[in-house]
Amino acid sequence: MSTLAERATGGDVRAMARLISMAEDRADGVDALMRELYPHTGRAWTIGVTGSPGAGKSTLTDKLIEHFRSEGSTVGVLAVDPSSPYTGGAILADRLRMQRHTDDAGVFMRSLGARGSLGGLSRGTREGVLILDACGYDVVIIETVGVGQSEIDVMRVADTVCVVLVPGLGDDIQAMKAGIMEIGDLFVVNKADRSGADRVVNEVRGVLEFLKGREWVPTVLQTVAENGEGVPELVRLLRLHREHSLKSEAGRERELARLRSKIEDIMLERLSDRVEKLWTVRREELLEAVRERKLDPYAVAEELLSKA
Amino acid sequence: MGDTEYKAAKATYEKSVSKTLQKNAERRAKFTTGGGIPLERLYDPDSGAERDYARDIGFPGEYPFTRGVQPTMFRGRFWTMRQYAGFATAEESNERYRYLLERGTTGLSVAFDLPTQIGYDTDHHMAAGECGKVGVAIDSLADMEVLFDRIPLDKVSTSMTINAPAAVLLAMYICVGEKQGVSAGNLSGTIQNDILKEYMARGTYIFPPQPSMRLITDIFDFCGREVPKWNTISISGYHIREAGSTAVQEVAFTLADGIAYAEAARKKGLKPDEFGERLSFFFNAHNDFLEEVAKYRAARRLWARIMKERFGATNPKAQMLRFHTQTAGCTLTAQQPENNIIRVTLQALAAVMGGTQSLHTNSMDEALALPTERSVEIALRTQQIVAYESGVTNTVDPFAGSYVVEKLTDEIEAGAMEYIEKIDGMGGMLAAIEKGFPQKQIQDAAYEYQKSVESGDTTVVGVNRFQTKEAASNRKLLRVDASVEQRQIEKLKKLREGRDNVAVKERLESIRKEARDENTNLMPLILDAVRVYATEGEICGVLREEFGEYVENIVL
Amino acid sequence: MSDKKIRVVIAKPGLDGHDRGAKVIARALRDAGMEIIYTGLRQTPEQIVTTAIQEDADAVGISVLSGAHQFYFKRVIDLLKEKNASDILVFGGGVIPEDDIPGLLDMGAGAIFGPGTPTSTAIEWLEKAVPART
Repeated sequence: MSTLAERATGGDVRAMARLISMAEDRADGVDALMRELYPHTGRAWTIGVTGSPGAGKSTLTDKLIEHFRSEGSTVGVLAVDPSSPYTGGAILADRLRMQRHTDDAGVFMRSLGARGSLGGLSRGTREGVLILDACGYDVVIIETVGVGQSEIDVMRVADTVCVVLVPGLGDDIQAMKAGIMEIGDLFVVNKADRSGADRVVNEVRGVLEFLKGREWVPTVLQTVAENGEGVPELVRLLRLHREHSLKSEAGRERELARLRSKIEDIMLERLSDRVEKLWTVRREELLEAVRERKLDPYAVAEELLSKA
Repeated sequence: MGDTEYKAAKATYEKSVSKTLQKNAERRAKFTTGGGIPLERLYDPDSGAERDYARDIGFPGEYPFTRGVQPTMFRGRFWTMRQYAGFATAEESNERYRYLLERGTTGLSVAFDLPTQIGYDTDHHMAAGECGKVGVAIDSLADMEVLFDRIPLDKVSTSMTINAPAAVLLAMYICVGEKQGVSAGNLSGTIQNDILKEYMARGTYIFPPQPSMRLITDIFDFCGREVPKWNTISISGYHIREAGSTAVQEVAFTLADGIAYAEAARKKGLKPDEFGERLSFFFNAHNDFLEEVAKYRAARRLWARIMKERFGATNPKAQMLRFHTQTAGCTLTAQQPENNIIRVTLQALAAVMGGTQSLHTNSMDEALALPTERSVEIALRTQQIVAYESGVTNTVDPFAGSYVVEKLTDEIEAGAMEYIEKIDGMGGMLAAIEKGFPQKQIQDAAYEYQKSVESGDTTVVGVNRFQTKEAASNRKLLRVDASVEQRQIEKLKKLREGRDNVAVKERLESIRKEARDENTNLMPLILDAVRVYATEGEICGVLREEFGEYVENIVL
Repeated sequence: MSDKKIRVVIAKPGLDGHDRGAKVIARALRDAGMEIIYTGLRQTPEQIVTTAIQEDADAVGISVLSGAHQFYFKRVIDLLKEKNASDILVFGGGVIPEDDIPGLLDMGAGAIFGPGTPTSTAIEWLEKAVPART
């Protein structure tokens, strides 16, 4: 019997899909499988596509898939939609705009719920990238939820981050969330056939002025994803960034930073599991004691951790 | 009664209400219409203090047409009894049409199957399994000739539920007329031709919005000159309501669609006083009787105001909202299907009280399948009983002056106007659809309704109350078997072998070429192609390649 | 620390555009805590099955109101078998006459929810059938 990891790297789509679920669900035994996969990783080019809801990320991703396929690359896609904070349920509908690629065996698409991952990238996304990489996809595209921390965190898994903006969504660049301008390796003003596109481009350029002198200065370009306008140029620029980061010191540093956060993520997750276990048994009793001021939170934490 | 006496009487009434309430609470804490408009216990002269009879209600046949579009309404002539029908192949449907005409139906209404509605020939892989299922399969003019065989097109008016490929089917109809010796100028009928509600609620779109709007205005322009008696569009709220909207949303989104079409026509240089006459509407007749009666009256008044104030129309015929009605398919239950006859009766009555111009009554078995001849006959008889026996048709707009109906009319108009202003603020209906705004509103209403049925707050007789254990059904249902598809594909194959393929190719290429030039009217070119038996799928195929295809916008 | 969620593909096969039911059930399942992969209109059986596999779905829900249910259920169930994925449950609803339901169940459909079925029935069925499947 071959393992799920072996089947997945051997091209079994069901096995890949199952592995991603196991990673998302944190199923038993998944860490061992991930270790088995890890030596196969490191070849894929991971592109993060981020930007506000309604910016046209899915349509742009659809066109990117088309372009990469026409060049003969295989493509894996991880598309993330928000989960309900109340029920944990989600309606994942990003695929809708890419569904025509379902008939193409060179494309694997997977929808993920954000699953309340503290605003950052979900576990399914972080591990999914490795799984698709190990399974031999040349390009892995992550389409983020487009809100909150996930926009920033995508750079912790992607080699190249493409920020999608759009005229008329009230995206005031000056006032944009801190950090978003920092993470883009490339800025796309989509729906450029609408009025106001030039203004957005100029605003982005204004902000990017401050980055002059860096090794890699992001560029801004316009696309109309709906009809594919600007997509070849987008791919050319994405590739320039890829080539740059493969040979530059900055690229190496970025990879190290990514690995560092990967390892820290794993440690934090395990620690958090241990914290959970440390006090499941006595939780109620301890909480009550703190509430009645018989104990203080500091003493409780100290005591629990000392037994760890 | 003087004012003082009235006030005293009202105070007495209110006292007795509180006394009654102390003894017996009302059935529920809050009463609303089916569409969620709060209903007071009682409406009285106070409820309509600001209403001005001349300005807001007026007389039948006069602006703002609240009381109807003709001066004598059903005292003159009844509405057109038009039963939507079509299934399997042209042969079977032709037989059903002649059955209906023999039984006193006064207009035809053609249901096309899904491949026809979405511009695929029956042999296309996307069409597999669907041939003849929800309507008749039409691939080419040859099928259309059979469909109207022995039906004189100068004597009947025909309504066709066709949207994205409306130009092609209209062209086929014109050609059948030519072959019968009926000139285009003498054809009367309607094509639905309403793409916006397809994006919003019904799903049989093909092309993206821009080229779709162009095809629609090409038809307006062509028919204005060549087929002057044709209703070039039926702006439809029916499907918006079926998808789950409230009554107010039905009016709002339908009229907002109307505004988008009127604006497109004006941009093309057409005159509101002219194209306005050919715009027709299509509404749902749902369960809440009073709300529905008010809905039609409100829609009529609001549209008249829009045409006059926004588009500057002065021709009364261009200000009038003329509409077809269909009873609400979504209210039919699979459980105790005979109850549907009663639902349909009430809905039909509301449509008549609301002054409809034509009416389709659903058959009781439609929650299960296409209707049988027997159930279609009952549905038609329902209309005839309302028309000939109920007496409600003998005076015009009998609900006018009813405190509650006038109040609901005002409220529906105001609620719809609020939506229309919101949509204007988004940049019009096309932009709103792109944002998913109307879709979301409709889905939210549908979901709320579902939850209220499941919680028991809304009663559906036979479904969540008054259920009976039903014996295994031995009801006869109409079935369209798979051999229909085979036969239709055979016919298509023969057609392709027998026609002048050089001419077909040439005419398809000229459609392709002119599709690229927005200023060319495609209608004459489509007519030329249809005449040499180019198929619907071939024509739409060329347009698909040139225009691209629409992908729906999901906002859940 | 497993955090297993039920994943369901909701699909509209073929050309039928009536998606009120599909959308209502998608929302109801979401509100019951499930992850719904919503494919939208005009899906071929091939697309539906590939989607279910890539998404590692526990179940596929199909909504058909055009009368073509026999055709689509059969294709989807056959394709799942072909792709070694017949452990993925198939259920559905729409305008489906009662007399047709036994045939669809024999074909391999797990459950058919006819007109008027409360969404809670579908939720309960999934919550039971998904963990029980092999």
